[in-house]
Amino acid sequence: MTTVTEAPPLAPAPPEPEPPRRRGRWTPYLLLLPGLLWLLVFFALPVVYQASTSVQTGSLEEGYQVTWHVATYWEALSEYWPQFVRSVLYAASATVLCLLLGYPLAYLIAFRAGRWRNLIMILVIAPFFTSFLIRTLAWKTILADGGPVVGALDALHVLDVTAWLGWTAGDRVLATPLAVVCGLTYNFLPFMILPLYTSLERIDPRLHEAANDLYARPSTTFRKVTFPLSMPGVVSGTLLTFIPATGDYVNADLLGSTDTRMVGNVIQSQFLRVLDYPTAAALSFILMAAILIMVTLYIRKSGTEDLV
Amino acid sequence: MEQYEPDRLSAARLAAVRRSFRNGRAALTRRSLLRASAAGVLAAGGAGALAGCGIPAAGTTRGGVPAQDHSQEEKTVNFSNWTEYMDVDESGRRHPTLEAFTRRTGIRVKYTEDINDNTEFFGKIKPQLAAGQDTGRDIVVLTDWLAARLIRLGWVQKLDPSNLPNAFTNLSAQFRNPDWDPGRAYSYPWQGISTVIAYNKKALDGVEVKTLSDLLDNAELKGRVGLLTEMRDTVGMTLLDMDKDPAKFTADDYDAAIARLQKAVDKGQIRRFTGNDYTADLTKGDFAACLAWAGDVVQLKADNPDIEFLIPDSGYMTSTDALLIPNKARHKTNAERLIDYYFEPRPAAELAAYINFVCPVDGVKDELAKIDEDAANNPLILPDQAMQAKSRAFRSLSSEEETAFEEKFAKLTGA
Repeated sequence: MTTVTEAPPLAPAPPEPEPPRRRGRWTPYLLLLPGLLWLLVFFALPVVYQASTSVQTGSLEEGYQVTWHVATYWEALSEYWPQFVRSVLYAASATVLCLLLGYPLAYLIAFRAGRWRNLIMILVIAPFFTSFLIRTLAWKTILADGGPVVGALDALHVLDVTAWLGWTAGDRVLATPLAVVCGLTYNFLPFMILPLYTSLERIDPRLHEAANDLYARPSTTFRKVTFPLSMPGVVSGTLLTFIPATGDYVNADLLGSTDTRMVGNVIQSQFLRVLDYPTAAALSFILMAAILIMVTLYIRKSGTEDLV
Repeated sequence: MEQYEPDRLSAARLAAVRRSFRNGRAALTRRSLLRASAAGVLAAGGAGALAGCGIPAAGTTRGGVPAQDHSQEEKTVNFSNWTEYMDVDESGRRHPTLEAFTRRTGIRVKYTEDINDNTEFFGKIKPQLAAGQDTGRDIVVLTDWLAARLIRLGWVQKLDPSNLPNAFTNLSAQFRNPDWDPGRAYSYPWQGISTVIAYNKKALDGVEVKTLSDLLDNAELKGRVGLLTEMRDTVGMTLLDMDKDPAKFTADDYDAAIARLQKAVDKGQIRRFTGNDYTADLTKGDFAACLAWAGDVVQLKADNPDIEFLIPDSGYMTSTDALLIPNKARHKTNAERLIDYYFEPRPAAELAAYINFVCPVDGVKDELAKIDEDAANNPLILPDQAMQAKSRAFRSLSSEEETAFEEKFAKLTGA
C-alpha cells in the first residue's frame, strides 16, 4: 500500500528580519542625534541669532529691531579693514612659522625618536596642562625689556634688523608685531605638530627603503615620497593653526600694543564695551566668510580630499 | 650659571595675574567673551527666522520692580560680589564680618563670588532683568558706570531709607551725591577706587614725573608708559590734566582729550592699554610709569620698594563699586540690613584692613587703628581732607554718549 504522503505544505518563507533591520536603519541617526542637537543648539541657533543681530538697529533702551540694515556690514568693513588685513597677515605668518618649526619636530618624532617618542609627544602636549593665559603671560616675563632674551638680541644687533623691518620698535620685543606673531606661533604649535605627526607616522618605512633602493638621495626621498604623503597633515595642521589664530585676540591684547590689534579685539570691544551688537555681529560674519573663502581656495589649491 | 626661570612668578605677580584674569574689572578672558556673547545672543530673543529675533526694549520703570518681600519667612540674603573683595580668616574660607552679621541678625548670607568683570556680568544678568525676572540675587556689587546704567534702565529697586540708618549717617561726604544717583536712592558704595599715577623708581632712572603730561610727552619714557582700558579712568585723568572737570565736561572736551591721547599713541609713547595686568608690567619695569588703581599700589608697594605712586596737582579720579538690589529680588529688607551693617564703623574697619580700597565710611579711623595702624594712616585707604579735595568723579553719561565715547576710546586703543 502506498500511502501518498502529502507533500508537506510549503514552509512559509522565513519572516523577513524586519524589526532589526528597521532598527538598523535608524541607528546611525540615533547615534548622530546628540552631535546634531549639540550643533543645532550651540552652532546653528547662535549663527541665526548673530545673522539677525547683524541686520538690526536700535539701542539698549529702545530694544533692537530687525530693519535689514545691511549697511552695517559695509560700515564695519570700511572702518576696520586694517584689523582684518592684520589678522590675516599675523595668522599666516604664525602658520608658516609653525610649519617650519613643527615639521622637523614631527618628522623626528615619527621616524627618529625611537624610545623617546612618547616622551617627546608628552613634551609637545604638556603646555596644555596649564592655562593658555598663564602661558602667554609667561612670555611677558621671558621677553621683558630688562630680561636676558631682549638683552642678548640687542647685543647681537638682531633688534636693529627687526626694527628696520618694522617688526619691533626701539629696544624691545614686547608690545610689537613680532611678539604677537611669536605668541600665536607658540600657542598654536601643537595643533600643527599633532596632525603632521599622525600623517608622517602612517608612512610605511619600506617606501623610504624602496626610494633608497632606487638610488634616490635622502633629499629626493623627502621631496618625492615623504612630503607628498604628509600633505593631509600639512593641510589640516595649517587649517587648525590658521583658523583659530585669525580670530585670536588674547595674544594681541597681552603681547601687542595699540597698532597690533586684531579683528578679535575689535569684536570683543564692540560687543562688551561699545555695546554695538550689530557691528560686532557683522564683523563676526565677515570674519567667518573671509576664513571660509580662504580655506576653500586653499583646499582646492592643495588638492587634498582626505584631511588626516 | 644661574638658571633663568621665567615661569616662577613672584607672589605679587601671581596675585596680579589672578586679579587680572579672575577678578580684574577690566579682565579679559576667552570665556568672558564667549559667555557674554552667548548671553548677548540669547538676549536677542525669540527663535526662528532672523526677523523674529529683535531685542525687546528695556522696561524702563523708574523706581524698579519689587517682588513680594520674603525677608520675614526666609532669613537669608543672596550676595554676589567680586572675588577677593571680602575679608577672610586664616583658613581662607570663612568671612568674619559676614558671620558676625549672621550671629547678630539670624540672617544667613549666601555669599557668591561670581562677578569677574562688569561687562561680562552685565551680559549675564541682562536677559533676566530685561524679561522682568528674578536674577536670584539680592545684592550685587557693580562699578558706578554700570550701576548708573542699571538705574537708567530701571532694573534696580529703590532702597528704603528707614532700613539704612547707619548708611545714611556714616557715608563719607565724598560719596554722597553722585550725579547718577543723587542722595543715594538706589545704591550705596561698597568701596571706592582711586586712580593715581604709579611709577617704578628703578625703571624711571631719575626721570622726573609729576603729571600725566610727563607720561604723555616726555620722550625719555617713549614706549614705557601704560594707560588703562577703563575709559573713565584714562580719559578722566587726561581731562584733569587739561584743567577740565570730569564731572562737567562737554563732548568737545572729550574729543580734545582723545586727540591729546591719540597724539601720544601716534608718537609710540604708550606701550599698552591694560586692565589689572598693568601690575606685572610695572613691577618688571616694562612700564616706567602708568595709570594705576590705588588699592593695587598699596599691595605692590609692600612687595616691591621700587613702586611709588603720586597724585597729580590737577587731581585724581575716584570711582566706586556700588551695592544694588536688582528688580524682583526676594529678600529686599534683609539685603538693606546687610548694606546698613557694612556702614557701622567696626565691620567697615575690618573690611578696610583686609582689602586696601578706599573706605566710604566715616568714623572708621579709630576702629581701623586698633586693627592696623599703618592702614589707618594711609591716605589711599582713608583719604584725608587734602586727598578728598583732589578727588573727582566722572559724570554720568546718556546711553548715546556712552556708546559714542566708548567707540572713540576703543579706536584710540586700536580696536
